[in-house]
This record gives sequence, structure tokens and C-alpha cells, in this order.
Amino acid sequence: MISVTGREMSISQWALRSLRLDSVLLVLLSILLLLGLAVLFSATGESVIALERQVMRIGLGVTAMLLVAQVSMYALRAISPWLFVAGVLLLLAVMWVGDVGKGAQRWLDLGFMRFQPSEIMKLAVPMMVAWYLSLRSGRPRFRDLVVTAALILVPVYLIMQQPDLGTSMLVGAAGFLVVFLAGLGWRWFLGLGVVAAAAIPVLWSQMLDYQRQRVLTLFNPESDPLGAGYHIIQSKIAIGSGGLYGKGWLNGTQSQLEFLPERSTDFIFAVYAEEFGFIGVALLLLLYFAIVARGLWIAALAQDRYARLLGGSISLTFAVYMVVNIGMVTGLLPVVGVPLPLVSYGGTSLVTLMVAFGILMSIASQKRLVNR
Amino acid sequence: MAERDAYGEEQQDRERFVVRILLALVILAAILLALGWRLSGLQVGAHSHFTTLSENNRLRVEPIAPTRGVIRDRNGVLLAGNRASYQLEVTVEQAGDLDSLLARLRGYVELSEADVERFRRGVRQRRPFQPVLLKAGLDDETVARIAVSRHELPGVEIEARPLRFYPLGSKFSHAVGYVGRINQQDLQRVDGRAYAGTSHIGKSGVERYYEELLHGRPGYRQVEVNAQGRVIRELSVTPPQPGTDLTLTLDVNLQQAAYRALAGRDGAIVAIDPNNGEVLALVSAPGFDPEAFVHGISQGDFAAVRDDKRRPLFNRALSGQYPPGSTIKPLVGLAALNEDVTTAEREMFARGYYQLPGHERRYRDWRREGHGRVDMSRAIAVSSDVYFYDLAHTMGIDRMVPILGAFGIGQRTGIDSTGERAGILPSRDWKRATHDEVWFPGETLITAIGQGYMLSTPLQMADFTAALAVRGERYQPHLLRAMDNGTGEPEYPLPVKREPVTVDAKHWDAIHGSLVEAVHARHGTAWGSVGSTRPEYTIAGKTGTSQVFSLGEDEEYDEDELARRLWDHALFVGYAPAEDPRIAVAVLVEHGGSGGRVAAPVAREVLDAYLLEGAGMTLEVPEDE
Repeated sequence: MISVTGREMSISQWALRSLRLDSVLLVLLSILLLLGLAVLFSATGESVIALERQVMRIGLGVTAMLLVAQVSMYALRAISPWLFVAGVLLLLAVMWVGDVGKGAQRWLDLGFMRFQPSEIMKLAVPMMVAWYLSLRSGRPRFRDLVVTAALILVPVYLIMQQPDLGTSMLVGAAGFLVVFLAGLGWRWFLGLGVVAAAAIPVLWSQMLDYQRQRVLTLFNPESDPLGAGYHIIQSKIAIGSGGLYGKGWLNGTQSQLEFLPERSTDFIFAVYAEEFGFIGVALLLLLYFAIVARGLWIAALAQDRYARLLGGSISLTFAVYMVVNIGMVTGLLPVVGVPLPLVSYGGTSLVTLMVAFGILMSIASQKRLVNR
Repeated sequence: MAERDAYGEEQQDRERFVVRILLALVILAAILLALGWRLSGLQVGAHSHFTTLSENNRLRVEPIAPTRGVIRDRNGVLLAGNRASYQLEVTVEQAGDLDSLLARLRGYVELSEADVERFRRGVRQRRPFQPVLLKAGLDDETVARIAVSRHELPGVEIEARPLRFYPLGSKFSHAVGYVGRINQQDLQRVDGRAYAGTSHIGKSGVERYYEELLHGRPGYRQVEVNAQGRVIRELSVTPPQPGTDLTLTLDVNLQQAAYRALAGRDGAIVAIDPNNGEVLALVSAPGFDPEAFVHGISQGDFAAVRDDKRRPLFNRALSGQYPPGSTIKPLVGLAALNEDVTTAEREMFARGYYQLPGHERRYRDWRREGHGRVDMSRAIAVSSDVYFYDLAHTMGIDRMVPILGAFGIGQRTGIDSTGERAGILPSRDWKRATHDEVWFPGETLITAIGQGYMLSTPLQMADFTAALAVRGERYQPHLLRAMDNGTGEPEYPLPVKREPVTVDAKHWDAIHGSLVEAVHARHGTAWGSVGSTRPEYTIAGKTGTSQVFSLGEDEEYDEDELARRLWDHALFVGYAPAEDPRIAVAVLVEHGGSGGRVAAPVAREVLDAYLLEGAGMTLEVPEDE
């Protein structure tokens, strides 16, 4: 009996060992996901149905993460260009036959599920740029800059046309971060800054009315307290009234009494801040910082340039997500529709993020295997 | 070499990467610190500010309307009460498409244009989840039918709300007044906050005059609401303080008798207890249905009442100003005696007309052939105009005015009701001020018989008659007898005494005698209609006929030929019993014709009801509630 049990234990140990994952990242992500579920439960007015759905999505995301973690970096690198091409084609498809949801064309109906091709690009763009730069060596030169700019801007433009300002920005940031990590010279940053400044008026003319409105109300939310400014005003009230210690879980009046709009999705941070106070907020920021730092650590130890650039970009993009969301909820940035990563209600972005962490874990295991 | 280069490049690349990562981490840490700084500013620095905003969001104070005080007559009979009225209310947030809902509701209840119009206005002005009134005053059958079909009518609710009702309706419409829905003008004269939960407000009469007492003080409940305004829970309640119940001086039996005595004619009757100023009856006919205003009268119905030729909304007793005619003669006589212009015994020969010395114009007596030899008493009893023309000419307007003023002509009595007018006491100063003309001697003559510029309200006539009855004592006429603010111990305000009319006792005797003579002597103007029927008590009174338009000096007046609306107003003022006055009354029958023939019998009926039929004693009358 004992011997049988011992053997079984050794099988499970073997399974655990042979499973390629990063336990530190796994623990940190689990804490964040569980915390997110608790906040979501409160934000949805203690809806068990919403909780079950989110748990299912998390299950799907964790499964995807574990699966991707088993894929070798060579394989990931090999499919990078194809994934990118497929993503661009799907984006074009969305423009022709996409479903309209909330006034924007973002979804592709596959019959059994609806799916958002722009999500693929969050990964496909950094993978593609990393793939391209891994073929080159040394600091990116002018030619590299032109090519990577094209690789980044084509999908960004297509996603902006849907229109989805938040996602296009994140996709652009993911691609740009790869170039940054590849060691782009500082004079290029200066040049890019000038170009960006020049692009602002052009962007403004390309924006739709609702996007412009969001930007304008950022600077003066009180100008339209019942319309576009309502989100920001109510969000600040929720956060501010939370105080140092918060009103307690399930006790946030701003969210429980439904004054706070989008409280389970984009504005879930305000619910958290109202119920858990500044202390809770500080802990959450530390948790995010720890996840990002772990990701960068993994990237720093990666064995090749592709893995390094991709891992670094994934980690920093995650940080951008978080900063943009919290900045927008606290009224520092325009309301662009970026969810709080791994906490906001909603499936697509969660699964994409988990796949990204799967890639990071794959990078981590590659390093370990090589070291061995 | 190439391998070493590649290795070196890889090494260099890795180092560059690590530098970039460290840079990124530093930037990220800086950003997170900035976010933390921002959050601590919101959560710690501005915490109390946002807490206030958050509380303002979630807490709402809702008023609870107080129950309006009821109004009773002096016997305890309910004149104005509150009863549950079923009304149809719609919560728009739950109702779906309003047009289709209204269409469906029309199958159950009749909805007028006015109902729908008011409803749509209410829908625009409501707070979220606040039910809006669609139709008030539903009958039981409609309530039952809607209740059965409620599942087909989402958002529709039947609410029982206390609503004013007036058991005795139009007979008291002018005395008690009525309440109606609050409008913008009403809100300007009251504290809007106190009326936040109240739908109705006193619009006229006692209901308006004592609005503050009747209304009471609203209560409040603090509730927690969600973003849609729906109440989640109640946090605290301050109960409302109900309005004060009022007992009036009016006597139901007397008021109804007075109303009956007018027998459908237009006019006014005011009866006052001369010993304390209590108004026993205050009738203006025709009345109107006060409940029509409570339920919200439609434009069409209101126009019909407003434009009615008989003017039912016009309170003749308080707002109607009429030439007092001959009813003023006792006062003029008293003035002459008091001013030593004449004595009660001095006689003169009264012809059919009077001429001022050196003037051609003839001032006619109502009786073409005149009255022959008359002294003061007989002159009043037969109502000789010529006698008073002569008296007025000798006395002059300046000596006549003060005593008429002392009896209250030309001044509001200050009764506790609304719409009272002052009438006019003409004088030299008055004429200069209003007409910018000098006073003509002829005007003194017609003033002495209560014509010309002089105007008086029926209330004023009853008021001066009461003062006459009790030898110049003047009590403030009032309608409020007692107030009960829920303590069970009613508070009785003391009668208010005004400046008395001081005249030598023998002059009172003379005038009192003449008033009895007018009723009980064969030559008295009220003999034919009242005195000859031998009433069981002595009545002192004076008839009057108030000219609606003046005749030329040689024109004859023929009632039959004139359109009824041009007929004179019939007047009678009097008190009884003459020896110990308990009631003073003024009767006006609009376009009634002769005061003696028409108004005196009406007054007799009122006096009978009070003195003989036991009205005025406190009766045990079952409550209507």
C-alpha cells in the first residue's frame, strides 16, 4: 500500500516537475485573480451568476496559460510571422463582416463564439517585432525603425478604425516597448517625441466625437456632470470616500447603490478603492509591481534575443494596462476604455493576458532547461 | 573570431537589455509613486470632501405631508374633513410606453384632456421613481376593476390619499372656502419647503386665512436611495405634526336656513352675535361645489363657473360692495342727534321731493306723495328720504362722516377670511383724492340715504347693525371659535373689542325705538311682510332698497318694465330680540326689488331659525367621519 502511495506521489511529483511553469508568477497571479473575484462579487451586487462566469473565464485563461507555457520558444518564434499575418487579415475581415457591439465594429462571429481579432494583435505585434529584431543584431538602425514602425502602425490603424482607441494604444505600446528594449538610440526617441507631438492634431482630426468628448471631459469633468463627466466624478467620489481604510468589502455605497457606472468593468478599481481604502490600494499597486518585476526578471534571464524582447514587452505592456486604467479611473488620463488587468469583468482581455503570462512561463522554463 | 564577435554582440545586447529593463523599472516605480500620491490625495487629503459628496449621493430627505386640520361648525358638525380618496398613479420607470399605457387605461377609467395634460406635466417634473398622479377621485368600481387587471398595467398603482371633502358643499363654499392644488403663486406666499410633500393648499375663505394652522408641520424621513432614485431603505423618521382642527362660529342650522331663505335668489346673508362678534351665518348665493377644485377642475368646467352670469365664485357677503340705501338712515339719524342738529321729537312735513335752497333740482322721495308730518322715529320707520335730505343739508357732510366711519363704513372689518372689500365712505377729502373734484351739496343729500358714492358690504352692514344693537359696543366679527391642535383641550380666543361708538343713551333709545317701529308699526316699511304676521319676538330692523342705476328727477320707476338685472337690490338689516339682542343680520337680495317686501321676510326666516327653532344651541350632531 505504502509503496503504491509512494509511487503515486512520485508520479504527481514527476508531473509537476515536467510541467513547465514559473511558480512565483503563478502565486502572484493567483492572489491577484482571487482578489479580483472578491471585488467583482461586490461590484456586481453579489451576483453569483457573474461570479460563476468569471470563474469559468479564469479557468479558461489558466488552462490557456498552462498550455502555452508548454510550447517551446522555438515554436512560438516560428509561428510569430504567421500569427501576425493572420491577425491582420482577421482585422480586415472585421472591417467587412464584423458584428457591431456598443456602436463599434470589433467582433467577429465565428458561429460558436464571438471573438475580437484585435486581442490577437496585443500578442502578435510584439511577437512579430521581436521576431524581426531577433533576425537583426545590434541597436535598431533606421531601416529597422521603418520596418518595425510599419509592423506596428498597420494594425494600430486598423484597430483605431473599428474604432477602439484603448486597444490600438495598447497594441502600439506593446510593439514600441519591443523596440525600446532592443536598445533604440536616444536620438530616435527625441525624433519620435517630435513626430508624436506633430501627430496630435492629426490624431485629433481622426478621432470620433465620443473619443474627443472623453478627452475634453478629462480636463474638466465638472463641465458635464450628468453626461460625459459623470463617470469620472462618481469614480473620484468612490475613491475619495473610501479613505485610508475603506468602507469595507460589500459596503461601498457608490458601487452598491449603483452611482458608479461600469463598476464591474473599466471602473472596478474605484470599487476596490472605495471598499479597501488607501491601504488596500497601496497593496494592490505593490502586487502589480511585483508581477511586472518578476516578468522582467524572467526576460532578463532569457537565452535569446527574441525571448528577451518578447518577455520584456509582455511584462511592461501589463504595467501600461494597469497604469492607464488606474490613471483613467483617478481622473489623470482620458477615459479610453482599458480594463484593470486580471480584475475587470470580461473574458477576452483576461484570456489574452493569461496567454501572455503563459509565454513568460515558457521563457522561464526555456532558461531552466538550458541551464540544466 | 566570428563566433566570438557573435558572442560579444550577444553579451552587449543582453547588457543593453538589462539597462533598458532597469530604466523601465525605475520609470514604472516613479509612475506608481505618482499614482499613489494621487490616490492618497483623493483618499486621505480630500477624504471628507468626497465623503460628503458620497453621502449627498446616497441620502435623500423625503417630506411626509401632515394631515390637514378639519373644520367644524360651532356644534361640532364637520364642514371640511379629510377622507381617503383613491387615485391612479403611474411610476414612469416601470410603465414602459406611456402612450400605449394611457390607451389601455382608457378601457378602465375615463381620462379627460385635463387629466392627461396634468399627468404629462407631472412626468416632466418628477423625480426618478416618483409616482405621478393621473386621475384622482376614483370610485369603488373603477378601483376594483383596475385592481383585478393590475398585472396588465405595469407601473400603475392605486393609492389612497387623504383628500379634502366638504360634506355640506355649496352652502358653505364661501364661508369655509376651499383647497386646491398648489401652484406657483401659492408657493410664493408660503415656505416652499414646508409644502414639499403637500399637494393642496387653502385657496379662499377660512381654508386660506388659517392655512398655516390647518396645514400643520411636515415630517421627514431620511432614506437611502440608489443611482436611479429608488428607495433602498429608511434610515430615520420625524413624524409630521398634524394641522390644527378649527371650530368655527358658524351654525350649520342657521347657515342652511339662511341659504334656504334666499330660495335660489342671488344674494348674501350675514348674521352676527352682537355680544361677541361671532359670525353665525355667512351666506353668499349662489355657491359652488368646492370639491370640484379639490379634484382639479378642468379648464372647461372652470370657464363655465367663472363665466356664469350669476357669478357663483363671487363672495357677495365679503367682496360685494353695494349702496347701503336706507339701511344707513339709522346711523345718519344717530349722527344728527349726537351732533345736536335736531332732536328726536322735532317734526317736519315731508313732501314727495326736496330742493336745496336756490336750486331747481328736485331730490325725489321714494314715495311720490311724501310721508306727511314725520319725526325722527317715524321718518326711519317709513324711510322718508326727504326728512333725511333735510337733516343732511343742515348737518353737512363733514359732521356726518365721522360717525359713519365709527360704525365701520369704508373700512374692512378685518374678518378672518379672504376677499373682504372696504366699501366707500365718501367725504370731501375722499372725493378730492379720488375724483379731484370739490364736494357738491347735493351729494350730501344722497349720501344720507345710502346712495351716490357710498358702498358697503353685507358683512359691514351686519357689523354696524350689531354695533347699533348693543349701543355702540363693537366686537371684531370673526369666524374662528376654537382651535384644537391635538391636545384635546381646545383653545378659545377671546373676542376682540374695537373702538366703541359713544353716543348719549337717549339717542340710542330713540333710534332703537324707530327700528322696532319700522317692523312692528302699521306704517313701518317691514310691517306688511313681517310685522303684520306678529312674530313671537320683537324685531328691530331697517329696510333698504339700493339703486342699481339712478333715475332722472321726473322719471318713474317701474319694476315690471325693467330687465331683472337692472332691478334694485333689496336690503334689510336688523336685530332681535329688540330688548336683548342676540343676533344681528344683514340680508341682501340682488335685484330683488323692494327691501321691505323681499329682504325683510328672508331676515325673518333667519331670525326665526335662530331664536325659535333652537339653532344656536350646541347640539349633539354625529360626526361624519
